[in-house]
Amino acid sequence: MTTSTVLFDVPGPRARRRHRIGTFIGGLFVLALIGLALWRLGINGQLEPARWAILFDVRAGVPQALGNALVDTLKVAAVAMVAATVLGALLAFGRLSDHAWVRVPVTVVIEFFRAVPLLILILFCLLYLPQIGLRVGAFGALALGLTLYNMAVLAEIFRAGLLSVDRGQREAAFALGMRKYQVMTLVLLPQAVRRMLPVLIAQLVVLLKDSSLGFIVGYFELLRQARSLVEFFNFRFGDLYTFQLYVAAALIYIIVNVLLSLLARYVERRTRQNTKVAATADVELPADVQMGGGGGAVAPV
Amino acid sequence: MSFLADNASLLWQAFLTTLSLAVISGICALVLGTLLTAMRVSPVAPLRGAATFYVEIFRNTPLTVVFFFLAFGIVEIDLQFPSRFISAVAALSLYTAAFVSEALRSGINSVPPGQAEAARAIGLDFRQTLGSIVLPQAFRTVVPPLGNVWIALAKNTSIAAGFAVTDLAAALQRLANQNADQLLTVFLAIVAAYLVITLPSAWLIGVIERRTAILR
Repeated sequence: MTTSTVLFDVPGPRARRRHRIGTFIGGLFVLALIGLALWRLGINGQLEPARWAILFDVRAGVPQALGNALVDTLKVAAVAMVAATVLGALLAFGRLSDHAWVRVPVTVVIEFFRAVPLLILILFCLLYLPQIGLRVGAFGALALGLTLYNMAVLAEIFRAGLLSVDRGQREAAFALGMRKYQVMTLVLLPQAVRRMLPVLIAQLVVLLKDSSLGFIVGYFELLRQARSLVEFFNFRFGDLYTFQLYVAAALIYIIVNVLLSLLARYVERRTRQNTKVAATADVELPADVQMGGGGGAVAPV
Repeated sequence: MSFLADNASLLWQAFLTTLSLAVISGICALVLGTLLTAMRVSPVAPLRGAATFYVEIFRNTPLTVVFFFLAFGIVEIDLQFPSRFISAVAALSLYTAAFVSEALRSGINSVPPGQAEAARAIGLDFRQTLGSIVLPQAFRTVVPPLGNVWIALAKNTSIAAGFAVTDLAAALQRLANQNADQLLTVFLAIVAAYLVITLPSAWLIGVIERRTAILR
């Protein structure tokens, strides 16, 4: 943030007073909005403690159900992450290959999976694969769709990482008489992975965000579980706990993602401090990849 | 092929819905994202804090959750969007604005500090410095990332299908349920329809990038 400090003078006493007054009025306005929302919620009886208590009511089974849903969400994300990392690394090697018959098809595969919306990929796995005899189910379809898309993104990340390693490293390794695969696995990959670690974790956040697409294809992740709990309770008690359950599901998602983001930032700081990778340039996911849902550039024709 | 011809009107309507979703939300997100960026570099600390908070929250929230809340959550505070389409536009705009802001901020950071210093030196205030010196240059350097955000947005519109908007992904689900034997054709048609939006966009971004590139 070098420019932000030259964009304006450090505010003097009068400007600071003006800012304080503005902050006060703006703060009042925001508080009024929040108050209004709370008031409407109160009128509709959404703030009654009894309604929120259901979230912690072990006998009604709500904490267990939400906990299981969280585990299921993390499970699909973990499976997809591991598979996508392995396949992404292989694709990255393929794209950097010296042989055109490997390089060209791999490039086509990467570009194809980055160009198709993730939801369409998941729907394809869910609807088409059973027709050709592969029973995948909602979990399989979600995991497979996430894997296919993220392996393409990760392949690009790995490729950028491998290319960012100083050229002299590769040349020195060849000069020592190492084979191509030795150079790759012993010299380039270890250095690239250290550089790419923050970005890899950031991609895990994106993947976890995308697992919420399970809601649309009927996989019981957090949102779908909240929905089914709402339907169950509505049947028994009427429309009592809808808002509370939805808020809980959304909050769990946001908290887990924020925690992972903090972890990514921590790892990035650690990497920066390490002198062995001091040359680390700007390692950050581009904004479009962070958007998830099949974000990422399409190669121009 | 005759199968696709039979459903041409449905597909065409779905295509138009997806396209208008993307275009309208794209414009809203651009405006909101620019505002957020201005707030994030402004001299007023609370504005910076508020904008950073907004971006952090929306970056870490799945788009599905945003959709979900605008569809089912805000009813509880007696708010209601006039139509599903508008609530989808709102969700996409609010979500995408955070990423537009991220892209723009990296663009602002890439404008050499000397530019802002020179502007300050000839007496321009914060608004003039940002509006006529820094942002015009920032917009040029962020053409590729902003373009990629636009492409990602066009693909993200598919999530609206889960919330009762008849876009391309919804058309896919409907046609797939009715015609199990034609599934592959349906998929190819839908993927092609998305590519009709994204590939020309990618080409156009390349052209604009070359036109607006500045040598530094």
